[in-house]
Amino acid sequence: MKHLAIIFLLLFTGLAFAIGEYRTFDNPEQQKVYENLTSELRCLVCQNQTIGDSNAELAADLRRQVYEMLEQGKSKQEIIQFMTDRYGDFVLYNPQFKAKTGLLWLGPVAFLLIGLVTVFLLARIKKSAAPGSLDADKAEKLAKIRNLLEKGDPS
Amino acid sequence: MLKYILPLILFIVLAVFLALGLNLRPGDIPSPLLNKAAPAFLAPKLQSPDEKLTPADLKGKVWLFNVWASWCVSCRAEHPILNQMAKTKAAIIVGLNYKDEPEAAKGWLAQLGNPYDVSIMDQDGRIGIDYGVYGVPETFVIDKQGLIRYKHTGPVTAEDVQQIFLPLIARLKAEN
Repeated sequence: MKHLAIIFLLLFTGLAFAIGEYRTFDNPEQQKVYENLTSELRCLVCQNQTIGDSNAELAADLRRQVYEMLEQGKSKQEIIQFMTDRYGDFVLYNPQFKAKTGLLWLGPVAFLLIGLVTVFLLARIKKSAAPGSLDADKAEKLAKIRNLLEKGDPS
Repeated sequence: MLKYILPLILFIVLAVFLALGLNLRPGDIPSPLLNKAAPAFLAPKLQSPDEKLTPADLKGKVWLFNVWASWCVSCRAEHPILNQMAKTKAAIIVGLNYKDEPEAAKGWLAQLGNPYDVSIMDQDGRIGIDYGVYGVPETFVIDKQGLIRYKHTGPVTAEDVQQIFLPLIARLKAEN
């Protein structure tokens, strides 16, 4: 059991290697903003990683840029502006809501609404079509089946 | 009838979207710098580090700003095209030697030819960040006013030169 536990723990050692540099901050808030930003900015070389996750050189440069701007007392908003001015909205994992990104934010909601309306309409059509609208042939068969169920097969 | 037409329409819509998706190039990120002033820099020249270059020096001229590095494999593929283009003297070609060792960079130019009127050094990649560089090579076309008019990501091909760069340069040169 002990051996198993050790093997199990060893499997996870790879995860313990943090990416990035050793940074010191003036205060905890600054560190929080740094961690926040590096997990919100996209590394443009490896497009599905944040700059905090990526080992790419550009990611390291952008982390340095974020750190330096924080040291200069720049706010989170100013740093985000700096990045979008250069790399566009694509650099943000959490893009701001504006005309250009409207489709991105509202698209899923629109599709959900379309889906709900479709389901609602289909349900209504089914409901209104359910009784009464059976044609004579089917109605006769149904009566026959009911009859059989109630009285049993006479044969 | 609707029972058959509706799935058909849905299929066509889906097929069109998928076909469009196949032709998208997610690696090409539109630059927010288009039609904006080329970000300023004051950078040492590769061949003579005591001299510095700033975009203002090139005001009134149409120039290409090509980001390259000796470690960049696609730059090697692009290099002969740039050499040819330099021969036509269509526009000034400024090189941004991005995150490179000056000695390696100079050796590279000596070996493969130097298409650049001048190359400047950006060893820590700061100018690169200002220009939104995320992959080398990248090429910017800058007009007489100092505005970025076009950005090309990835190696420039001979077709790109004929179909995009030369016509654009001719048009920009005709502007005031």
